[in-house]
Amino acid sequence: MSDTDSTLSGDSTVSGVTGEERNDFNKVESRQIRDRSLKLLNSLLRPLWARTTLTIAVVVVSTAAQVAGPAIIAFGIDTGLPAALDHRWIPLGLAVVGYLFTGIIGAVLIAWYTVLSARIGQAILFDLRKRVFRHTQRLSVEFHETYTSGRIIARQTSDLESIRELLDSGINQLVQSGLYMLFIAIALFLLDWKSGVVLVIALVPLAFLTRWFASRSQLAFRETRVTSARLIVQFVETMTGIRAVKAFRKEKRNETGFAGLVQDYRAANVGAIKLFGVFDPGLVLIGNVALAVVLLIGGLRVAAGGLEIGVLLAALLYARSFFAPAQEMAMFYNSYQAAAASLEKISGLLEERPGVPDPTRPIDLWEARGDLRFDGVEFGYGAGKVILPNFDLELLAGQTIALVGSTGAGKSTLAKLVSRFYDPSKGTISLDGVDLRMLHPKDLRRAIVMVTQEAYLFSGSVGENISLGKPGASRDEIVGAAKAVGAHEFISALPDGYDTDVNKRGGRVSAGQRQLISFARAFLADPSVLILDEATASLDIPSERLVQEGLQTLLADRTAIIIAHRLSTVAIADRVLVMEHGRIVEDGTPADLISGTGRFAHMHAAWRDSLV
Amino acid sequence: MPAGEKRQGTLASMLRIYPYAKTAMPRLYLGMAAALVAAVVALVIPQVLRALVDGPLQDGDSSQIWWPVVAVLGLGSLEALMIWVRRAFVLQPATGIESRMRNALYTRLQDLPVSFHDRWASGQLLSRMLSDINLVRRWLQFGLILLVVNSLTIVVGLVFLLSISWVLGLVFLVCSIPLWIFSYLFENQYAAVARRSQDQAGDLATAVEESVHGIRVLKAFGRGSYALKGFATQAEQLRGTELAKARAIANIWFWLLLVPDVTFAISLLAGVWLAAAGQLSVGQLVAFFATATVLRWPVESIGFLLSMTFDARSATDRYFEIMEAPNTIVDPEHPKQITQPEGRLVFHDVHFRYADAAGDTADLLDGVTLAIEPGETMAVVGVTGSGKSSLTALTTRLYDVTGGSITLDGVDVRDLLRSDLRQRIAMAFEDATLFSASVRDNVLLGKPDSTDEELSEALDIAQADFVFQLPNGIDTLIGEEGLSLSGGQRQRLALARAVAARPQVLVLDDPLSALDVDTEALVEAALRRVLASTTALVVAHRPSTVMLADRVALLEHGKITAVGRHSELLATNEHYRFVISSLDDEDEELRA
Ligand SMILES: Nc1ncnc2c1ncn2[C@@H]1O[C@H](COP(=O)(O)OP(=O)(O)OP(=O)(O)O)[C@@H](O)[C@H]1O
Ligand SMILES: Nc1ncnc2c1ncn2[C@@H]1O[C@H](COP(=O)(O)OP(=O)(O)OP(=O)(O)O)[C@@H](O)[C@H]1O
Ligand SMILES: [Mg+2]
Ligand SMILES: [Mg+2]
Repeated sequence: MSDTDSTLSGDSTVSGVTGEERNDFNKVESRQIRDRSLKLLNSLLRPLWARTTLTIAVVVVSTAAQVAGPAIIAFGIDTGLPAALDHRWIPLGLAVVGYLFTGIIGAVLIAWYTVLSARIGQAILFDLRKRVFRHTQRLSVEFHETYTSGRIIARQTSDLESIRELLDSGINQLVQSGLYMLFIAIALFLLDWKSGVVLVIALVPLAFLTRWFASRSQLAFRETRVTSARLIVQFVETMTGIRAVKAFRKEKRNETGFAGLVQDYRAANVGAIKLFGVFDPGLVLIGNVALAVVLLIGGLRVAAGGLEIGVLLAALLYARSFFAPAQEMAMFYNSYQAAAASLEKISGLLEERPGVPDPTRPIDLWEARGDLRFDGVEFGYGAGKVILPNFDLELLAGQTIALVGSTGAGKSTLAKLVSRFYDPSKGTISLDGVDLRMLHPKDLRRAIVMVTQEAYLFSGSVGENISLGKPGASRDEIVGAAKAVGAHEFISALPDGYDTDVNKRGGRVSAGQRQLISFARAFLADPSVLILDEATASLDIPSERLVQEGLQTLLADRTAIIIAHRLSTVAIADRVLVMEHGRIVEDGTPADLISGTGRFAHMHAAWRDSLV
Repeated sequence: MPAGEKRQGTLASMLRIYPYAKTAMPRLYLGMAAALVAAVVALVIPQVLRALVDGPLQDGDSSQIWWPVVAVLGLGSLEALMIWVRRAFVLQPATGIESRMRNALYTRLQDLPVSFHDRWASGQLLSRMLSDINLVRRWLQFGLILLVVNSLTIVVGLVFLLSISWVLGLVFLVCSIPLWIFSYLFENQYAAVARRSQDQAGDLATAVEESVHGIRVLKAFGRGSYALKGFATQAEQLRGTELAKARAIANIWFWLLLVPDVTFAISLLAGVWLAAAGQLSVGQLVAFFATATVLRWPVESIGFLLSMTFDARSATDRYFEIMEAPNTIVDPEHPKQITQPEGRLVFHDVHFRYADAAGDTADLLDGVTLAIEPGETMAVVGVTGSGKSSLTALTTRLYDVTGGSITLDGVDVRDLLRSDLRQRIAMAFEDATLFSASVRDNVLLGKPDSTDEELSEALDIAQADFVFQLPNGIDTLIGEEGLSLSGGQRQRLALARAVAARPQVLVLDDPLSALDVDTEALVEAALRRVLASTTALVVAHRPSTVMLADRVALLEHGKITAVGRHSELLATNEHYRFVISSLDDEDEELRA
């Protein structure tokens, strides 16, 4: 995404989701990205520090128990056996019991650790999932229009997945391996400091290798995030539009495109895995070379008589086991790099500031009367051309207003401003004298409800879809709303009545039925200001008539904006606004306008003619 | 979700991947071999050290020191090399299989009928496409290889142990029996939760997708936090399942750690006792424990390897649920050709019902018989939910008739190749299904090789000249599902798309519902030119749309109850008047 969103905090090239698909950040940008990832990580871990500390303690103790095991066996053989030959069985008994004891402790602790760390990991994921979800809900419609759903899904699925992998692979790898290496290094220094120095020197190429891996794998993993998101975007879009894909034979072309994306994703994955494929054997090689050097130096000293042979053997074994956990740490580091790339993307999304922000000091409005005022309002989408040029308008409480005009005139845009999908570029819109931008979101949503032009249903039952208008509504209320808009009859005829699943996007019911359900939903919400955007366009005439009747009672005491091309609605309106090219060109009672000679009179005549 | 069919064994289940893996098998085997060599070298290096320390170094000859150093260097490099080789060998085939599976899934999904997509939640498809296939790839890359190599290591180690001391070896063998039992129990415990967690992850993806696609509704009603609550409940369930998984893993891991420890303790007791009895040397005892220690990691690793395997197994099951889903709408084995394309579309006693319709009801389309002559425009009128859209979907086989037949120029549509059929019949759906692509790509979806003239002609007919005012004209990218356009603009683009495909038959489902009266009149005038030579089936809710048609068919209770000219029907058919006329009685009297 290269387009800059004016609503971003700051004007940096990488704040929010800007530059999300780039992979060529300069130093400042990289730092900025890393900082925000770390901040996010920090805030995720902070509530869990007690549990995390406990988990680390469990790992430390269990590691100690595991390290003790070989020592006890050595004790059993070195001390227990000679004693046993003397028919003294107590040392052996001690060794066996001790070994069993550490074994059981170790096993119990590791099992406990497994559950503990899963708890932590899942708590983090749960928290993160909710945060992303809440945040995407808060982001403006404008943001969603450009970001596309597929990418948000990618953030919530494949990105979270790679963080889950890190959490699964777990801190025990890290802690345990770190402890091991520390113990062994100390032991080696105590035993023979010269060999210890070799080990320390071996850390130098190790550091270089790690640095190389770090910088390269960061790029590679970013690439996997970007390519997998693209894959998801195309997949989701194909599945959403499957009817059009089939009807217009787009399958083959889609396949080619998708195969290209799959190939990109594969290449990115291969790139990342390949790096680890060098890093991992590289570590082994460094370890083995260090081993040979220890052997060489030690051997020379043994030959010169400067070193006990037993010490050399021990030093060699230590040197060998020093590098085994290093591999584990490398694996952890690998998952960490993968997760970090995901965290970058997620933190970017979370950093995105809502373009239509909630007020910091909201004003409550318990009982809205429904007085709407537009003062010097002007609006255009994003940086595009002005759609609604400067205008003033007052809609009195309780009025039913018909908003008509040719397609693309800006009717829906006006409606979307009233329901605060967007904020006007200039001027203010106020409800009962309160600027919508200052109004408490709860009160705003309770007071103003819009039935959008596209009737979207969620998968789930008909009842659930209607009750979205009023969560927790009783079945009676739901049925009441359905009856009021004339939807009860067809709903009852569905296989499971109100419990019938409408399938994704309401595909289980017809277009008109979808509109009726959306209508019932708004009916149930019972707002002070109701906006109906082409809410009856797909209905047949008898159903529309039923809806009109329902509307007449519903709208008696509330403000309503009805957008319609079929002028049948106008009959129930108190006032008609005619819109052309974003301007309100006529305003008056239906009777006045019809009897006049203006635009509306002409439209109405044409519409009358079309009826037969 | 279709689940819980007969349970196959894990092996049988995983073997279904074989067709995708066939060409990659040699490299996978080589990868395994390399892994085995690396494992053996890792085992050998300590032995070499021990032998060297015992041998040449004991003599204190510094010239002898070079050989051991070279040997360690050589073996050490070999180990590193083998690790590299294993990764290099396995990488391409594993990711290759992954890509093949992914492409096959996508192809399959595009091929499966609309009724399949009706039933399947989008998130379930997505999670199969991405994370399930990833799981399979990881399993091929590490799980399978390590499982084979570690099992072999254990077997070889056991042989070693037995050869060192058959008594101790036997103790070891007997003590490991519980492990087999626990591993078996683990499958039962784990496999079900693994499956559940994958399903729940899919549901979660669905919830995310719907919350974004339905963002306008959620915002319009201020239900963001309500949706979050629902989502959190689902996420909580997933967390519960994941924790159940963790508990199962903790359980098996506990035994995998404890049983070897107990075995060690018993071996220690027995070993020292045997040694005390003079039946075992100290050297043998040390060697026994040294070897047994090496075996600990492969034994412990069985835990996560098994869980990985079961994860991959249920991922495979989920994958093949789609790949093996029956496809009811396929190309005929012996496709027919239309020899004389005229565009005569005939419904012969067509019956249709959705698979999930209530059992005791009549078919949705209960014997529709209708003939549309070449060049004729037929309107279909009926109340909401009477089956008009379903009828149009049958023509291009988005669904298949459940009885009777539809013929195009005398050929049953089921005897034509789907691509052929869909080239001859183009549709405009009641909701404009646009893609986030340029205006051009959207309009030319059905005929990508059209010229610019053809494009602008189609745009002209649909009165979609507004596109030229968009920032980049016809190359402007329209947002997801075209939602950055107005309702009427979307509808006109969808209409232009159908027209641009230049079909013999146009099927338009309520194509003018979002247009104002003037624009509607303009579109109609332009469309008439096209319709003069094209057969058309137009679903209409308003008299103004009916005006497009030569004749009107009235759909009532699943049957065509009347066909005729608009004015005829208006005069003679009461139901028709009920459906189409919005004039009040008094108005009607006035006009009469
Ligand atoms: N999200 C958006 N981003 C950019 N431009 C938009 C967006 N939505 C609408 N527009 C443009 O704004 C203008 C007015 O659109 P609007 O949806 O308000 O029209 P309308 O009067 O509701 O038309 P219709 O009757 O067809 O629904 C159109 O030119 C449209 O292309
Ligand atoms: N995918 C589906 N699965 C099951 N039932 C369906 C499906 N699609 C539609 N139906 C049912 O079939 C009936 C007819 O639907 P259809 O969409 O054909 O109606 P329509 O005549 O086009 O109505 P409208 O005028 O509202 O568009 C409806 O009762 C609907 O509930
Ligand atoms: Mg609109
Ligand atoms: Mg329909």
